[in-house]
Amino acid sequence: MSETIEVLNPMGFPPAVAGKALAPRLPTLDGRTVYLVDCRFDDSDIFLEQMRAWLAEHLPGARAVVKRISSVYLNDDPATWEEIRTKGHAAVMGVGH
Amino acid sequence: MTLEGKYGVPTVAVHTDKFDRVVRSVAAVSGMPGLRQVFVPQPIMGKTARELRAYVDGVDPITGRPVMQEIVEGLTRPFAADEESPARFDRSTPRLVAPDTPERLERLFLDSHWTDGLPIVLPTEARVAAMLRGTGRKADEVVGRLRSTHFREHWEYTVEKVAVNAVMAGARPEYFPVILALAATGVTARSSSSSAMATMAVVNGPVRREIGMNAGTGAMGPYAHANATIGRAYGLLSQNLQGGSVPGLSYMGNQGNSYAYNSVTFAENEERSPWEPFHVQHGLAAGDSAVSVFSGCRSTAFTLGLRERQWRAHVGNLLRGMEPSIPPTLLLDPIAARQFVDRGGFVKKDALLDWIHDAARMPAREYWDYQLVQNYIYPRATFGEEPWASRLRAAPDALIHMFRREDIHAVVVGGETNGYWRIMGCTYQKTVSVDAWR
Repeated sequence: MSETIEVLNPMGFPPAVAGKALAPRLPTLDGRTVYLVDCRFDDSDIFLEQMRAWLAEHLPGARAVVKRISSVYLNDDPATWEEIRTKGHAAVMGVGH
Repeated sequence: MTLEGKYGVPTVAVHTDKFDRVVRSVAAVSGMPGLRQVFVPQPIMGKTARELRAYVDGVDPITGRPVMQEIVEGLTRPFAADEESPARFDRSTPRLVAPDTPERLERLFLDSHWTDGLPIVLPTEARVAAMLRGTGRKADEVVGRLRSTHFREHWEYTVEKVAVNAVMAGARPEYFPVILALAATGVTARSSSSSAMATMAVVNGPVRREIGMNAGTGAMGPYAHANATIGRAYGLLSQNLQGGSVPGLSYMGNQGNSYAYNSVTFAENEERSPWEPFHVQHGLAAGDSAVSVFSGCRSTAFTLGLRERQWRAHVGNLLRGMEPSIPPTLLLDPIAARQFVDRGGFVKKDALLDWIHDAARMPAREYWDYQLVQNYIYPRATFGEEPWASRLRAAPDALIHMFRREDIHAVVVGGETNGYWRIMGCTYQKTVSVDAWR
Protein backbone atom coordinates (compact mmCIF):
# COMPACT_ATOMS: atom_id res chain seq x y z
CA MET A 1 0.00 0.00 0.00
CA SER A 2 1.45 3.37 -1.03
CA GLU A 3 1.72 6.22 1.40
CA THR A 4 -0.57 9.16 0.91
CA ILE A 5 0.81 12.36 -0.54
CA GLU A 6 -0.51 15.86 -0.98
CA VAL A 7 -0.60 17.59 -4.36
CA LEU A 8 -1.76 20.94 -5.69
CA ASN A 9 -5.00 21.55 -7.55
CA PRO A 10 -4.30 22.49 -11.20
CA MET A 11 -7.48 24.47 -11.86
CA GLY A 12 -7.55 28.25 -12.22
CA PHE A 13 -9.74 30.71 -10.36
CA PRO A 14 -13.23 31.27 -11.75
CA PRO A 15 -15.00 34.58 -11.35
CA ALA A 16 -17.79 34.77 -8.82
CA VAL A 17 -21.18 34.58 -10.49
CA ALA A 18 -23.72 37.27 -9.80
CA GLY A 19 -27.30 36.55 -10.85
CA LYS A 20 -28.74 38.76 -13.57
CA ALA A 21 -32.41 39.60 -13.88
CA LEU A 22 -34.28 38.20 -16.86
CA ALA A 23 -36.73 40.39 -18.73
CA PRO A 24 -40.41 40.08 -17.76
CA ARG A 25 -42.37 37.84 -20.11
CA LEU A 26 -45.16 39.17 -22.34
CA PRO A 27 -48.80 38.34 -21.56
CA THR A 28 -49.36 37.49 -25.24
CA LEU A 29 -47.66 37.81 -28.62
CA ASP A 30 -50.82 39.22 -30.21
CA GLY A 31 -50.16 42.71 -31.45
CA ARG A 32 -46.46 42.42 -30.61
CA THR A 33 -43.38 42.47 -32.85
CA VAL A 34 -41.06 39.49 -32.48
CA TYR A 35 -37.58 39.87 -33.89
CA LEU A 36 -36.10 36.66 -35.26
CA VAL A 37 -32.41 37.45 -35.01
CA ASP A 38 -30.17 35.74 -37.55
CA CYS A 39 -26.74 35.18 -35.98
CA ARG A 40 -25.37 34.45 -39.48
CA PHE A 41 -24.22 31.03 -38.48
CA ASP A 42 -24.29 28.43 -41.27
CA ASP A 43 -27.83 28.47 -42.81
CA SER A 44 -29.68 30.00 -39.88
CA ASP A 45 -31.29 32.60 -42.20
CA ILE A 46 -33.18 29.83 -44.02
CA PHE A 47 -34.28 28.34 -40.70
CA LEU A 48 -35.56 31.64 -39.36
CA GLU A 49 -37.54 32.29 -42.54
CA GLN A 50 -39.36 29.03 -41.84
CA MET A 51 -40.05 30.19 -38.31
CA ARG A 52 -41.37 33.51 -39.63
CA ALA A 53 -43.71 31.58 -41.96
CA TRP A 54 -44.93 29.44 -39.05
CA LEU A 55 -45.74 32.50 -36.97
CA ALA A 56 -47.62 34.10 -39.90
CA GLU A 57 -49.72 30.95 -40.25
CA HIS A 58 -50.36 30.16 -36.61
CA LEU A 59 -50.10 33.51 -34.83
CA PRO A 60 -51.21 36.07 -37.42
CA GLY A 61 -51.68 38.66 -34.70
CA ALA A 62 -47.94 38.69 -34.06
CA ARG A 63 -45.58 40.49 -36.38
CA ALA A 64 -42.34 38.61 -37.04
CA VAL A 65 -39.28 40.39 -38.42
CA VAL A 66 -36.15 38.53 -39.52
CA LYS A 67 -33.15 40.67 -38.65
CA ARG A 68 -29.54 39.78 -39.44
CA ILE A 69 -26.90 40.92 -36.99
CA SER A 70 -24.60 43.60 -38.34
CA SER A 71 -21.41 41.59 -38.37
CA VAL A 72 -20.18 38.18 -37.23
CA TYR A 73 -21.70 36.72 -34.07
CA LEU A 74 -18.40 37.21 -32.22
CA ASN A 75 -18.97 40.98 -32.20
CA ASP A 76 -21.39 42.90 -30.04
CA ASP A 77 -24.10 44.62 -32.06
CA PRO A 78 -25.56 47.47 -29.96
CA ALA A 79 -27.32 49.11 -32.94
CA THR A 80 -29.34 45.96 -33.58
CA TRP A 81 -30.11 45.42 -29.89
CA GLU A 82 -31.27 49.02 -29.60
CA GLU A 83 -33.51 48.62 -32.65
CA ILE A 84 -35.10 45.53 -31.11
CA ARG A 85 -35.66 47.30 -27.82
CA THR A 86 -37.30 50.32 -29.43
CA LYS A 87 -39.22 48.68 -32.28
CA GLY A 88 -39.85 45.18 -30.94
CA HIS A 89 -41.29 43.43 -27.92
CA ALA A 90 -39.51 40.05 -27.94
CA ALA A 91 -36.70 38.21 -29.71
CA VAL A 92 -35.70 34.73 -30.81
CA MET A 93 -31.96 34.31 -31.34
CA GLY A 94 -30.88 31.61 -33.75
CA VAL A 95 -29.25 29.48 -34.47
CA GLY A 96 -26.32 29.12 -32.10
CA HIS A 97 -24.69 26.03 -33.54
CA MET B 1 -28.15 37.11 -22.85
CA THR B 2 -27.27 40.70 -23.77
CA LEU B 3 -30.81 41.33 -24.99
CA GLU B 4 -32.28 39.88 -21.80
CA GLY B 5 -29.95 41.37 -19.24
CA LYS B 6 -28.90 44.69 -20.70
CA TYR B 7 -31.80 45.65 -23.00
CA GLY B 8 -34.69 44.05 -21.08
CA VAL B 9 -36.13 42.23 -24.11
CA PRO B 10 -37.73 38.81 -23.42
CA THR B 11 -35.71 36.41 -25.51
CA VAL B 12 -35.52 32.73 -26.43
CA ALA B 13 -32.26 31.31 -27.77
CA VAL B 14 -32.45 28.47 -30.31
CA HIS B 15 -29.55 26.02 -30.58
CA THR B 16 -28.91 22.63 -32.10
CA ASP B 17 -29.17 19.71 -29.72
CA LYS B 18 -25.45 18.86 -29.65
CA PHE B 19 -24.90 22.07 -27.70
CA ASP B 20 -27.42 21.62 -24.90
CA ARG B 21 -24.90 21.07 -22.10
CA VAL B 22 -22.53 23.80 -23.19
CA VAL B 23 -25.16 26.52 -23.66
CA ARG B 24 -26.86 25.73 -20.35
CA SER B 25 -23.45 25.89 -18.69
CA VAL B 26 -22.66 29.24 -20.31
CA ALA B 27 -26.02 30.66 -19.22
CA ALA B 28 -25.45 29.48 -15.65
CA VAL B 29 -21.96 30.93 -15.29
CA SER B 30 -23.24 34.15 -16.84
CA GLY B 31 -25.77 34.48 -14.03
CA MET B 32 -28.82 33.45 -16.07
CA PRO B 33 -29.50 29.78 -15.39
CA GLY B 34 -33.20 30.36 -16.13
CA LEU B 35 -32.54 31.66 -19.66
CA ARG B 36 -35.12 30.15 -22.01
CA GLN B 37 -33.40 27.89 -24.53
CA VAL B 38 -34.93 25.68 -27.21
CA PHE B 39 -33.21 23.00 -29.28
CA VAL B 40 -33.59 21.72 -32.82
CA PRO B 41 -31.73 18.83 -34.48
CA GLN B 42 -28.17 19.19 -35.69
CA PRO B 43 -27.27 20.17 -38.41
CA ILE B 44 -28.83 23.33 -39.78
CA MET B 45 -26.08 23.70 -42.38
CA GLY B 46 -26.93 22.32 -45.80
CA LYS B 47 -30.57 21.56 -45.08
CA THR B 48 -33.29 22.67 -47.50
CA ALA B 49 -36.02 25.10 -46.56
CA ARG B 50 -38.46 22.20 -46.46
CA GLU B 51 -36.22 20.22 -44.11
CA LEU B 52 -35.80 23.22 -41.85
CA ARG B 53 -39.56 23.79 -41.84
CA ALA B 54 -39.79 20.26 -40.49
CA TYR B 55 -37.48 21.31 -37.64
CA VAL B 56 -39.84 24.22 -36.90
CA ASP B 57 -42.90 21.98 -37.03
CA GLY B 58 -41.15 19.24 -35.06
CA VAL B 59 -40.19 18.64 -31.48
CA ASP B 60 -37.25 19.75 -29.37
CA PRO B 61 -35.00 16.64 -29.33
CA ILE B 62 -33.96 17.37 -25.74
CA THR B 63 -37.42 17.80 -24.19
CA GLY B 64 -39.67 16.07 -26.73
CA ARG B 65 -42.01 19.07 -26.74
CA PRO B 66 -43.06 21.04 -29.88
CA VAL B 67 -40.41 23.58 -30.81
CA MET B 68 -42.79 26.46 -31.49
CA GLN B 69 -44.80 25.79 -28.36
CA GLU B 70 -41.59 26.08 -26.36
CA ILE B 71 -40.67 29.32 -28.13
CA VAL B 72 -44.07 30.95 -27.60
CA GLU B 73 -44.15 29.81 -23.98
CA GLY B 74 -40.57 30.95 -23.54
CA LEU B 75 -41.60 34.49 -24.44
CA THR B 76 -44.90 34.55 -22.54
CA ARG B 77 -44.85 32.18 -19.54
CA PRO B 78 -43.80 34.00 -16.34
CA PHE B 79 -40.77 32.67 -14.50
CA ALA B 80 -41.37 30.31 -11.63
CA ALA B 81 -39.54 31.05 -8.41
CA ASP B 82 -37.02 28.25 -9.00
CA GLU B 83 -36.12 29.66 -12.43
CA GLU B 84 -34.82 32.89 -11.00
CA SER B 85 -31.05 32.88 -10.65
CA PRO B 86 -29.29 32.86 -7.29
CA ALA B 87 -27.97 36.21 -6.21
CA ARG B 88 -24.38 34.99 -6.12
CA PHE B 89 -22.47 31.80 -5.45
CA ASP B 90 -18.91 31.06 -4.57
CA ARG B 91 -16.68 29.41 -7.17
CA SER B 92 -13.31 29.40 -5.45
CA THR B 93 -10.69 26.74 -6.18
CA PRO B 94 -8.88 25.00 -3.30
CA ARG B 95 -5.09 25.13 -3.39
CA LEU B 96 -4.66 21.47 -2.49
CA VAL B 97 -6.28 18.21 -3.45
CA ALA B 98 -7.26 15.89 -0.58
CA PRO B 99 -4.28 13.62 0.31
CA ASP B 100 -4.31 10.17 -1.23
CA THR B 101 -2.02 7.54 -2.70
CA PRO B 102 -0.19 8.41 -5.92
CA GLU B 103 -2.15 5.77 -7.82
CA ARG B 104 -5.49 7.11 -6.66
CA LEU B 105 -4.44 10.71 -7.30
CA GLU B 106 -3.37 9.86 -10.84
CA ARG B 107 -6.81 8.34 -11.36
CA LEU B 108 -8.47 11.40 -9.84
CA PHE B 109 -6.61 13.74 -12.19
CA LEU B 110 -7.60 11.59 -15.17
CA ASP B 111 -11.26 11.29 -14.15
CA SER B 112 -11.46 15.02 -13.41
CA HIS B 113 -10.35 15.84 -17.00
CA TRP B 114 -7.24 17.57 -15.66
CA THR B 115 -4.89 15.69 -18.02
CA ASP B 116 -4.54 15.14 -21.76
CA GLY B 117 -5.19 11.42 -21.29
CA LEU B 118 -1.49 10.61 -20.87
CA PRO B 119 0.24 9.97 -17.53
CA ILE B 120 1.22 13.14 -15.69
CA VAL B 121 3.78 14.04 -13.04
CA LEU B 122 1.89 14.63 -9.81
CA PRO B 123 2.35 18.25 -8.67
CA THR B 124 3.63 17.84 -5.13
CA GLU B 125 4.64 20.83 -3.05
CA ALA B 126 8.32 20.01 -3.57
CA ARG B 127 8.05 19.70 -7.34
CA VAL B 128 6.03 22.90 -7.66
CA ALA B 129 8.53 24.72 -5.42
CA ALA B 130 11.35 23.54 -7.69
CA MET B 131 9.47 24.77 -10.75
CA LEU B 132 8.93 28.15 -9.10
CA ARG B 133 12.70 28.54 -8.76
CA GLY B 134 12.75 28.82 -12.58
CA THR B 135 11.40 32.37 -12.37
CA GLY B 136 12.00 35.45 -10.29
CA ARG B 137 8.29 36.19 -10.17
CA LYS B 138 6.27 35.69 -6.98
CA ALA B 139 4.11 32.59 -6.68
CA ASP B 140 0.94 34.56 -6.00
CA GLU B 141 1.40 37.02 -8.85
CA VAL B 142 -1.48 36.98 -11.34
CA VAL B 143 -0.24 35.95 -14.80
CA GLY B 144 -3.38 36.44 -16.86
CA ARG B 145 -6.83 35.23 -17.82
CA LEU B 146 -8.06 32.56 -20.20
CA ARG B 147 -11.35 31.29 -21.56
CA SER B 148 -12.19 28.54 -24.01
CA THR B 149 -14.44 30.63 -26.23
CA HIS B 150 -15.71 34.13 -26.78
CA PHE B 151 -18.94 33.40 -24.90
CA ARG B 152 -17.43 31.96 -21.73
CA GLU B 153 -16.20 33.76 -18.64
CA HIS B 154 -12.51 34.45 -18.09
CA TRP B 155 -10.68 32.48 -15.39
CA GLU B 156 -7.64 33.90 -13.64
CA TYR B 157 -4.39 32.23 -12.59
CA THR B 158 -1.20 32.86 -10.67
CA VAL B 159 2.43 31.93 -11.24
CA GLU B 160 1.95 28.99 -8.86
CA LYS B 161 -1.03 27.69 -10.84
CA VAL B 162 1.04 27.77 -14.02
CA ALA B 163 3.84 25.95 -12.19
CA VAL B 164 1.43 23.18 -11.15
CA ASN B 165 0.54 22.53 -14.77
CA ALA B 166 4.17 22.78 -15.90
CA VAL B 167 5.09 20.06 -13.38
CA MET B 168 2.25 17.87 -14.62
CA ALA B 169 3.57 18.18 -18.19
CA GLY B 170 7.04 16.98 -17.16
CA ALA B 171 8.73 20.32 -17.83
CA ARG B 172 11.99 21.38 -16.19
CA PRO B 173 12.34 24.60 -14.14
CA GLU B 174 14.60 26.16 -16.79
CA TYR B 175 11.68 25.98 -19.26
CA PHE B 176 9.35 27.81 -16.89
CA PRO B 177 9.85 31.37 -18.27
CA VAL B 178 8.73 30.16 -21.71
CA ILE B 179 5.69 28.47 -20.17
CA LEU B 180 4.82 31.58 -18.19
CA ALA B 181 5.11 33.66 -21.36
CA LEU B 182 2.70 31.29 -23.08
CA ALA B 183 0.29 31.59 -20.15
CA ALA B 184 0.62 35.38 -20.33
CA THR B 185 -0.51 35.47 -23.96
CA GLY B 186 -4.10 34.93 -22.86
CA VAL B 187 -4.50 32.77 -25.97
CA THR B 188 -5.92 29.38 -25.13
CA ALA B 189 -4.47 26.22 -26.61
CA ARG B 190 -7.80 24.51 -25.84
CA SER B 191 -10.37 26.48 -27.81
CA SER B 192 -13.81 24.90 -27.63
CA SER B 193 -14.54 25.76 -31.27
CA SER B 194 -16.44 23.04 -33.14
CA SER B 195 -13.81 23.46 -35.87
CA ALA B 196 -11.31 21.57 -33.67
CA MET B 197 -8.60 24.16 -33.36
CA ALA B 198 -5.06 23.74 -32.08
CA THR B 199 -2.35 26.30 -31.39
CA MET B 200 1.22 26.72 -32.65
CA ALA B 201 4.01 28.21 -30.52
CA VAL B 202 7.27 29.45 -32.05
CA VAL B 203 10.18 30.30 -29.76
CA ASN B 204 12.88 32.79 -30.78
CA GLY B 205 16.05 34.20 -29.28
CA PRO B 206 18.81 32.96 -26.96
CA VAL B 207 16.45 30.94 -24.73
CA ARG B 208 16.15 28.35 -27.52
CA ARG B 209 19.75 27.24 -27.01
CA GLU B 210 19.80 27.81 -23.26
CA ILE B 211 17.09 25.20 -22.70
CA GLY B 212 17.91 22.86 -25.56
CA MET B 213 14.99 23.51 -27.87
CA ASN B 214 15.07 21.86 -31.24
CA ALA B 215 14.88 24.03 -34.37
CA GLY B 216 16.40 21.47 -36.71
CA THR B 217 15.73 17.87 -37.63
CA GLY B 218 12.47 16.69 -36.10
CA ALA B 219 11.76 20.07 -34.47
CA MET B 220 8.01 19.71 -34.96
CA GLY B 221 7.98 16.08 -33.79
CA PRO B 222 8.53 14.24 -30.51
CA TYR B 223 12.33 14.55 -30.51
CA ALA B 224 13.22 17.16 -27.90
CA HIS B 225 12.25 17.23 -24.25
CA ALA B 226 11.90 21.01 -24.16
CA ASN B 227 9.71 21.22 -27.27
CA ALA B 228 7.56 18.32 -26.09
CA THR B 229 6.97 19.38 -22.51
CA ILE B 230 6.66 23.13 -23.07
CA GLY B 231 4.00 22.45 -25.69
CA ARG B 232 2.26 19.94 -23.45
CA ALA B 233 2.34 22.38 -20.56
CA TYR B 234 0.72 25.03 -22.77
CA GLY B 235 -2.15 22.63 -23.44
CA LEU B 236 -2.59 21.50 -19.84
CA LEU B 237 -2.43 24.99 -18.41
CA SER B 238 -4.95 26.15 -20.99
CA GLN B 239 -7.52 23.51 -20.20
CA ASN B 240 -7.16 23.73 -16.43
CA LEU B 241 -6.64 27.45 -15.93
CA GLN B 242 -9.59 28.37 -18.17
CA GLY B 243 -11.93 26.05 -16.28
CA GLY B 244 -11.85 22.88 -18.33
CA SER B 245 -11.91 21.32 -21.77
CA VAL B 246 -14.43 18.52 -21.59
CA PRO B 247 -16.10 17.15 -24.73
CA GLY B 248 -19.76 18.10 -24.88
CA LEU B 249 -19.46 20.60 -22.06
CA SER B 250 -16.53 22.91 -22.67
CA TYR B 251 -14.95 21.38 -25.79
CA MET B 252 -16.95 20.99 -29.01
CA GLY B 253 -14.26 20.28 -31.64
CA ASN B 254 -16.05 17.81 -33.89
CA GLN B 255 -13.05 15.68 -34.86
CA GLY B 256 -10.50 16.84 -32.30
CA ASN B 257 -6.99 17.81 -33.34
CA SER B 258 -3.86 15.80 -32.59
CA TYR B 259 -1.73 18.95 -32.90
CA ALA B 260 -3.24 19.86 -29.52
CA TYR B 261 -1.07 17.27 -27.71
CA ASN B 262 1.87 19.69 -27.74
CA SER B 263 0.53 22.74 -29.56
CA VAL B 264 3.06 22.47 -32.43
CA THR B 265 5.77 23.96 -30.22
CA PHE B 266 9.23 24.47 -31.72
CA ALA B 267 12.09 26.93 -32.06
CA GLU B 268 12.77 28.88 -35.24
CA ASN B 269 16.00 27.93 -36.99
CA GLU B 270 17.34 31.48 -36.91
CA GLU B 271 20.94 30.41 -37.61
CA ARG B 272 20.05 28.83 -40.96
CA SER B 273 17.35 31.26 -42.02
CA PRO B 274 18.07 33.73 -44.85
CA TRP B 275 15.77 36.26 -43.18
CA GLU B 276 15.40 38.06 -39.88
CA PRO B 277 13.86 36.04 -37.01
CA PHE B 278 10.12 36.05 -36.55
CA HIS B 279 10.19 37.94 -33.24
CA VAL B 280 12.34 40.69 -34.78
CA GLN B 281 9.62 41.22 -37.37
CA HIS B 282 7.30 41.84 -34.45
CA GLY B 283 9.22 44.49 -32.63
CA LEU B 284 11.75 42.66 -30.45
CA ALA B 285 15.53 42.70 -30.68
CA ALA B 286 17.47 39.70 -31.99
CA GLY B 287 18.98 39.25 -28.52
CA ASP B 288 15.56 39.09 -26.88
CA SER B 289 13.82 35.80 -26.22
CA ALA B 290 10.16 35.53 -27.11
CA VAL B 291 7.37 33.15 -27.96
CA SER B 292 4.77 33.74 -30.67
CA VAL B 293 1.42 31.99 -30.78
CA PHE B 294 -0.86 31.18 -33.68
CA SER B 295 -4.37 29.78 -33.47
CA GLY B 296 -6.34 27.55 -35.81
CA CYS B 297 -3.88 24.93 -37.07
CA ARG B 298 -6.38 22.69 -38.84
CA SER B 299 -5.43 22.85 -42.50
CA THR B 300 -2.02 22.11 -43.96
CA ALA B 301 -0.49 21.80 -47.42
CA PHE B 302 2.86 20.23 -48.21
CA THR B 303 5.38 19.84 -51.00
CA LEU B 304 9.10 19.35 -51.75
CA GLY B 305 11.21 22.31 -52.79
CA LEU B 306 10.55 24.65 -55.69
CA ARG B 307 10.82 23.35 -59.26
CA GLU B 308 12.62 25.64 -61.70
CA ARG B 309 9.82 26.12 -64.24
CA GLN B 310 6.47 25.62 -62.52
CA TRP B 311 7.13 26.59 -58.89
CA ARG B 312 4.85 29.60 -59.05
CA ALA B 313 1.94 27.46 -60.25
CA HIS B 314 2.70 24.77 -57.68
CA VAL B 315 2.69 27.24 -54.78
CA GLY B 316 -0.51 28.80 -56.10
CA ASN B 317 -2.12 25.36 -56.14
CA LEU B 318 -1.07 24.74 -52.52
CA LEU B 319 -2.57 28.06 -51.46
CA ARG B 320 -5.86 27.41 -53.24
CA GLY B 321 -6.06 24.11 -51.40
CA MET B 322 -6.18 25.92 -48.08
CA GLU B 323 -9.39 26.98 -46.34
CA PRO B 324 -9.69 30.59 -47.57
CA SER B 325 -11.01 32.02 -44.32
CA ILE B 326 -7.81 31.04 -42.49
CA PRO B 327 -4.55 32.72 -43.56
CA PRO B 328 -1.35 30.81 -44.38
CA THR B 329 1.88 30.64 -42.40
CA LEU B 330 4.71 29.09 -44.39
CA LEU B 331 6.85 26.64 -42.37
CA LEU B 332 10.02 26.46 -44.43
CA ASP B 333 12.99 24.19 -44.03
CA PRO B 334 16.12 26.33 -44.58
CA ILE B 335 16.63 24.60 -47.95
CA ALA B 336 13.16 25.67 -49.10
CA ALA B 337 13.65 29.17 -47.68
CA ARG B 338 16.85 29.61 -49.69
CA GLN B 339 15.09 28.28 -52.79
CA PHE B 340 12.54 31.05 -52.43
CA VAL B 341 15.46 33.49 -52.33
CA ASP B 342 17.17 31.89 -55.33
CA ARG B 343 14.13 31.27 -57.52
CA GLY B 344 12.04 34.30 -56.62
CA GLY B 345 14.67 36.82 -55.58
CA PHE B 346 12.98 37.20 -52.20
CA VAL B 347 16.01 38.53 -50.35
CA LYS B 348 13.64 40.09 -47.81
CA LYS B 349 10.91 38.00 -46.19
CA ASP B 350 8.40 40.78 -46.85
CA ALA B 351 8.96 40.35 -50.58
CA LEU B 352 8.09 36.66 -50.28
CA LEU B 353 4.95 37.44 -48.29
CA ASP B 354 3.93 40.07 -50.87
CA TRP B 355 4.28 37.45 -53.59
CA ILE B 356 2.33 34.85 -51.61
CA HIS B 357 -0.46 37.37 -51.12
CA ASP B 358 -0.59 37.99 -54.85
CA ALA B 359 -0.40 34.29 -55.77
CA ALA B 360 -3.26 33.29 -53.48
CA ARG B 361 -6.25 34.11 -55.64
CA MET B 362 -9.42 32.36 -56.70
CA PRO B 363 -12.59 33.30 -58.64
CA ALA B 364 -14.86 35.53 -56.59
CA ARG B 365 -17.86 33.24 -57.08
CA GLU B 366 -15.94 30.33 -55.51
CA TYR B 367 -14.44 32.37 -52.70
CA TRP B 368 -17.70 33.90 -51.49
CA ASP B 369 -19.47 30.54 -51.55
CA TYR B 370 -17.20 28.91 -48.95
CA GLN B 371 -19.21 28.25 -45.78
CA LEU B 372 -16.67 29.80 -43.41
CA VAL B 373 -16.31 32.82 -45.67
CA GLN B 374 -20.09 33.18 -45.52
CA ASN B 375 -20.05 32.84 -41.73
CA TYR B 376 -17.15 35.07 -40.81
CA ILE B 377 -16.07 37.28 -43.72
CA TYR B 378 -19.18 38.03 -45.79
CA PRO B 379 -20.92 39.85 -42.90
CA ARG B 380 -17.91 42.09 -42.45
CA ALA B 381 -17.78 42.75 -46.20
CA THR B 382 -21.45 43.69 -46.36
CA PHE B 383 -20.89 46.30 -43.68
CA GLY B 384 -18.05 47.92 -45.55
CA GLU B 385 -14.98 46.46 -43.88
CA GLU B 386 -11.98 46.47 -46.19
CA PRO B 387 -10.41 44.77 -48.02
CA TRP B 388 -13.41 42.45 -48.16
CA ALA B 389 -15.94 45.10 -49.17
CA SER B 390 -13.98 45.80 -52.37
CA ARG B 391 -13.60 42.10 -53.05
CA LEU B 392 -17.36 41.65 -52.69
CA ARG B 393 -17.84 44.08 -55.57
CA ALA B 394 -15.62 42.01 -57.89
CA ALA B 395 -17.16 40.28 -60.92
CA PRO B 396 -17.95 36.59 -60.26
CA ASP B 397 -15.11 35.36 -62.47
CA ALA B 398 -12.57 37.91 -61.26
CA LEU B 399 -9.58 36.40 -59.45
CA ILE B 400 -9.61 37.93 -55.98
CA HIS B 401 -7.14 37.70 -53.12
CA MET B 402 -7.92 34.91 -50.70
CA PHE B 403 -6.12 36.49 -47.74
CA ARG B 404 -5.13 39.83 -46.28
CA ARG B 405 -1.43 40.59 -46.73
CA GLU B 406 -0.90 41.35 -43.05
CA ASP B 407 -2.19 37.91 -42.04
CA ILE B 408 0.45 35.99 -44.05
CA HIS B 409 3.62 34.85 -42.26
CA ALA B 410 6.68 32.63 -42.65
CA VAL B 411 8.84 30.77 -40.12
CA VAL B 412 12.01 28.81 -40.84
CA VAL B 413 12.24 25.41 -39.17
CA GLY B 414 13.92 22.13 -40.04
CA GLY B 415 17.25 20.37 -40.20
CA GLU B 416 17.97 20.40 -43.96
CA THR B 417 17.72 16.64 -44.38
CA ASN B 418 15.60 17.67 -47.38
CA GLY B 419 13.71 20.67 -48.74
CA TYR B 420 10.20 19.65 -47.70
CA TRP B 421 8.02 22.48 -46.49
CA ARG B 422 4.43 23.06 -45.59
CA ILE B 423 1.80 25.69 -45.12
CA MET B 424 -0.11 25.86 -41.85
CA GLY B 425 -3.51 27.49 -41.97
CA CYS B 426 -3.46 29.58 -38.79
CA THR B 427 -3.93 33.06 -37.43
CA TYR B 428 -1.02 34.85 -35.78
CA GLN B 429 -2.12 36.15 -32.40
CA LYS B 430 0.77 37.76 -30.57
CA THR B 431 4.43 37.66 -29.53
CA VAL B 432 5.28 37.78 -25.82
CA SER B 433 8.66 38.34 -24.16
CA VAL B 434 10.16 35.33 -22.39
CA ASP B 435 12.75 37.51 -20.66
CA ALA B 436 10.00 39.29 -18.75
CA TRP B 437 9.17 35.98 -17.06
CA ARG B 438 12.69 34.89 -16.12
